Amino acid sequence: MLEPMNPDHLLEVRDLWVEYATPTGPVPAVAGVDLTLAPGEFLGVVGESGCGKSTMLFGIAQLLNPPASVTAGEVWFKGENLVALTAKSLNALRWRDFSVVMQSAMNALNPVHTIGRQFKDAIKAHAKRSDTEIRVRSAEVLELVGIDPVHLKSYPHQLSGGMRQRAMIAMALLFTPDLIVMDEPTSALDVVAQRSLMMQIKELQRQLGFAVIFVTHDMSLVSHFSDRLMVMYAGQVVELGATRGVFDAPAHPYSKGLLEAFPSIHGEKKRLTGIPGAPPNLGKPPSGCRFHPRCPVAMERCASDEPGLYRVGTAQARCLLHEPAALSVEVES
Amino acid sequence: MSERNGSERTVSQRNGTEQNAGSHIGNELLRTENLTRHFRIGGGFSRTNLHAVDEVNLTINRREIVALVGESGSGKSTIARLLAQVYKPTSGEIRFEGKPLSALRGRKGQLAYRGDVPMVFQDPFASLNPAYRVSHGIMRGLKLHRTELSAAQRAQEAERVVEAVGLNPAAEILQRYPYELSGGQRQRIGFAQALAYRPKLILADEPVSMLDVSIRIGLLNVMADLRETEGVSFLYITHDIASARYVCDRVMVMYGGHIVEAGPTEDVLHEPKHPYTQLLLSAVPDPRAPLSVDVDTAKAEPPKVINPPAGCRFRDRCPLAEQICHEVTPKLAELAPAHEAACHVAQRAAAGVAG
Repeated sequence: MLEPMNPDHLLEVRDLWVEYATPTGPVPAVAGVDLTLAPGEFLGVVGESGCGKSTMLFGIAQLLNPPASVTAGEVWFKGENLVALTAKSLNALRWRDFSVVMQSAMNALNPVHTIGRQFKDAIKAHAKRSDTEIRVRSAEVLELVGIDPVHLKSYPHQLSGGMRQRAMIAMALLFTPDLIVMDEPTSALDVVAQRSLMMQIKELQRQLGFAVIFVTHDMSLVSHFSDRLMVMYAGQVVELGATRGVFDAPAHPYSKGLLEAFPSIHGEKKRLTGIPGAPPNLGKPPSGCRFHPRCPVAMERCASDEPGLYRVGTAQARCLLHEPAALSVEVES
Repeated sequence: MSERNGSERTVSQRNGTEQNAGSHIGNELLRTENLTRHFRIGGGFSRTNLHAVDEVNLTINRREIVALVGESGSGKSTIARLLAQVYKPTSGEIRFEGKPLSALRGRKGQLAYRGDVPMVFQDPFASLNPAYRVSHGIMRGLKLHRTELSAAQRAQEAERVVEAVGLNPAAEILQRYPYELSGGQRQRIGFAQALAYRPKLILADEPVSMLDVSIRIGLLNVMADLRETEGVSFLYITHDIASARYVCDRVMVMYGGHIVEAGPTEDVLHEPKHPYTQLLLSAVPDPRAPLSVDVDTAKAEPPKVINPPAGCRFRDRCPLAEQICHEVTPKLAELAPAHEAACHVAQRAAAGVAG
């Protein structure tokens, strides 16, 4: 029996599993992720390549293609379980209620059509609008992201990397959706353009009130922008909490390692080590805690006992160090 | 290798003043003199020139790691390609160990230079041939550049360079195909290939920007270690000034084809003279620092370098721009020991303090 979703939530992901079918058997890239998102919230999702963060995003947006598919779990969005919806009813929600900004605007925009033409295609696929309405709306959203509407007549190659990425965000805003999921939208940009795009996303969010799930491998990038931070490792959530809290006092050794992996321009210069080793093969994840082979504080039982997601203050962490004493209850929400 | 151990320095001991004191003429490895590269764009009769690199003077000393920092389109990769002789300069000269490259004649001279100054590329997924084992690229370089080695010595040397970049067990790694390696391991192979030539200077064009933050630091450590053990210099091209600080002795900041600031790393970071360097530093995401909000979003666009008029190329984004910035192109001037900047306002301020 499916429980209805909490009316205060915009999105509820319950025990989501995404598996890739391979000749050697299914590989779970997302292994039981639970997640809730309030309207207007900014959630940062961080982790190394191959930790399942992008796959999870695609699983939420129902954009997975074979060999990947959602094998278990529910994704409730505005009262509907997206996993169970037909392609047609999903189409009614896409762009209008939630939209996706892809990693590389270079590849996501069609090089042989003008920006305006691509905006028009997106609008026409999801609503009946006159040409004038389309023109007015397209110009509006471009202005929102700080691009002169004359660029509706430009081709993608005529825009700089930052402008292309902004045009993608403008496109996602065409119908003012309630949720925008972003998959590393800034990773192709240099730091100045990156910072200016982040400020712009935050400002638009303040104006228009949409919620954001922002996937990145660069933890420092979201530090000033996300409300909550979710750290993923080997397909699982290993830490979830208020962004400031995770940065100030990371509860999971992996989050701590990620935080200490990048050099700073301030403070003392010291030799860093990063996180030794490589992410595990998800087809054969390590026994016990999936992080234990790389963990600097691993204990003997980490190799055998699988940790749950335990409460640590207001945050949650999947680490035996935070296992509550025998009688208390796990918080696997 | 052992004779170099005496001058070995640790990360903490490296700093600008020491570096400056240690650099003299005999220490200089590569120098460019008014290095310029323009690209003609448009049709055959077009007079439209894109000024990718304009009158760049830079030096790289032996056993030195120098960072070239700038946004995309600033010309930093063009400099790498000029130094690698992928492009010919429009004007200006590159001197390697005192000898001008324009005097380099014949295949033998070219080959020797390419062995001395190899390049490591940005994308480790595109730079290794997927059809061959890892050993292929390394062995090929050894055959081409180190003809004195026998087949057995080559195999031994291949294992040595793979171990030098931190990959173990070397013999097994050499037999793998690129798809069996992670991004970080592939990029280490990129460094191993360059190392096989016994290089004096490795041009590393954004070697870590395609990699995960968690493994970038490992590659930066490889660069620092190779400088110590193999005595090789690096030109480290990046847009990440924090990683430049981690490994580099000196930093050069590029903007719109010009070098706008250069100096010892800590000096440039603590007292940036050029407004662009200041902007760059304020944009670095740092969870340990409060959010600086002085990055103007509307102005975060790269400069136009197609037939640029005289004047400072940063003026349209610069909060300090004055009339003179529109008329006269500022030249690099030393504003503090070994610390240069090309900015009219900063130069006047420094002169005011001095006078």
